[in-house]
Amino acid sequence: MRMITVAGPPSSGKTSVILKLAQLLDGQVGVVKFDCLTSFDRERYDEAGIPVFVGYSGKFCPDHFFVNNIEGAVQWGIRRGFDTLITESAGLCNRCSPHIKGILSVCVVDALSGIHTPRKIGPMLKMADVAVITKGDIVSQAEREVFAWGVRQANSKAQILFVNGITGQGAFMLAKKAAQAREITTLTDNTLRFTTPAAACAYCTGETRIGEAYQMGMMRKLEYD
Amino acid sequence: MDFDRLIEKRSIAQLMEEFPISGDFFRNANIPLTDTHKTLQEVLSTLDDEWFYEFGQNRFEVHNQLVDFLQDMTASENAQAIKSLTVIGGKNKRGEDENARFTLMPGDVVSVVGPTGSGKSRLLADIECLAQGDTPTRRHILVDGQPVTDDVRFALGGKLVAQLSQNMNFVMDLTVQEFLEMHAGSLGAGQGPLPMAGVVNACFEKANSLAGEKFTPGTKVTMLSGGQSRALMIADCAYMSQSPIVLIDEIENAGVDRRKAIDLLARREKIVLISTHDPLLALGATHRIVIKHGGIYRVLTTSPEEKSSMKELERVDAMLADARRKLRSGERIASL
Ligand SMILES: Nc1ncnc2c1ncn2[C@@H]1O[C@H](COP(=O)(O)OP(=O)(O)O)[C@@H](O)[C@H]1O
Ligand SMILES: [Mg+2]
Repeated sequence: MRMITVAGPPSSGKTSVILKLAQLLDGQVGVVKFDCLTSFDRERYDEAGIPVFVGYSGKFCPDHFFVNNIEGAVQWGIRRGFDTLITESAGLCNRCSPHIKGILSVCVVDALSGIHTPRKIGPMLKMADVAVITKGDIVSQAEREVFAWGVRQANSKAQILFVNGITGQGAFMLAKKAAQAREITTLTDNTLRFTTPAAACAYCTGETRIGEAYQMGMMRKLEYD
Repeated sequence: MDFDRLIEKRSIAQLMEEFPISGDFFRNANIPLTDTHKTLQEVLSTLDDEWFYEFGQNRFEVHNQLVDFLQDMTASENAQAIKSLTVIGGKNKRGEDENARFTLMPGDVVSVVGPTGSGKSRLLADIECLAQGDTPTRRHILVDGQPVTDDVRFALGGKLVAQLSQNMNFVMDLTVQEFLEMHAGSLGAGQGPLPMAGVVNACFEKANSLAGEKFTPGTKVTMLSGGQSRALMIADCAYMSQSPIVLIDEIENAGVDRRKAIDLLARREKIVLISTHDPLLALGATHRIVIKHGGIYRVLTTSPEEKSSMKELERVDAMLADARRKLRSGERIASL
């Protein structure tokens, strides 16, 4: 199964981009949506006929919650026979990032969100392989260029793609990237690209490896079906 | 430029003087800017390990990150100069072969005409993504006569093409002057030897000469009228944007001197494609591509008769503009 992590600020267009991407990918796509307290995305995935599992972090730190449940997501995806699993992380704070070494990492940013936003987003953009800029179709060319420059300041190594979340223009190049995403059977022993913030479990003390063996302290496990 | 040595030798203040953009790096990375007479290395040595851990930084990588950053951010954008763009037809919506092949050079202005829904925007989109037989139209776009690899398509990502469409608006809360300075700055003006004022002024003057109604450098970009914004967008594409190709999707009816605008882009050695229903724009181009059922139906060269009929069209256009102006200023329209 190929895997892609998608993150980005609220309302930046993550779900729209994933839906457009899913249309262009061969094979079955499944989504795990990580959110904090609420999510309105289930309906949109249902409508598009894309299997989705929604997990709420609740009182737990969303970043820790992600690491504690990502391997479960992978195994859920494999059990469901997906060809591609996309995780959508919402509600992360700006010091968080759900990106894993060796896994295609996408950050979605909104061209309307202001020129300084790319520099405020932090590791979820800094550590991404691909920066997708949405809503570029409704601002001027100059503003697109200035915004892309802001993204390059935050992460000069990322591929920058403009995707129109409504018409899907640009998603085509993202699909090409996604088709090259690595096949995995587990994430155990893979490492995060960036440390998680401190809380009260093993990951607070700097642990970055994924897997049951490394999970200690207070954590929350999802019940995957 | 040997940034490695520069960063080693220069104080932070000197670096920021010569490359103002390095200030952005220091701020992005939370490097304290209290002792700017010191070198980066000296400042880093005053920070303890806890600081690096807090901000997810690595003591030994900051120097190299700054080298990379300055290299990336000051890289000449002119690498995208292209000599030609070739469109090779694919299939229309009915699956019939387009049998089309044409090549565009810098300075060429081509119009794209056809009914709504016929596929004009699709042609522009194919050019934007440098289609390689992998879009619904199966068209191939060659750059300098050569197919383009996916890696190159990613690398060029949006830099080859500047776009203008009816849906685009300014959203930044800046004056025209601040806006142009910001755009110029993002392109490297004001860094090292590149001057800032020249390009900003040229762009402002030009935008004003294209706009029906004049505006000042102190006007907020969000307060510009439709025509003024289009004029500024076009002048900006011509003078600042480094993209060699300009795609214009249906921008008629705006208070812009359209002929002048197109001439300007052509003179700036851009390849210009305009999807349009406006006869003046269509005939102002040297060629026009007619789209039907999603396919390239014909490629016509504007004939001498067509060129001369433009005079008449321009007269009608001026008459309409005059009537519009009179209505707006409360005058009566005389019988025609
Ligand atoms: N050759 C083609 N094959 C398949 N679909 C096409 C083709 N050309 C255009 N289309 C599709 O037809 C629709 C309308 O085209 P569009 O470019 O928006 O028309 P226009 O800009 O002329 O109004 C779009 O969804 C476009 O992707
Ligand atoms: Mg159109």
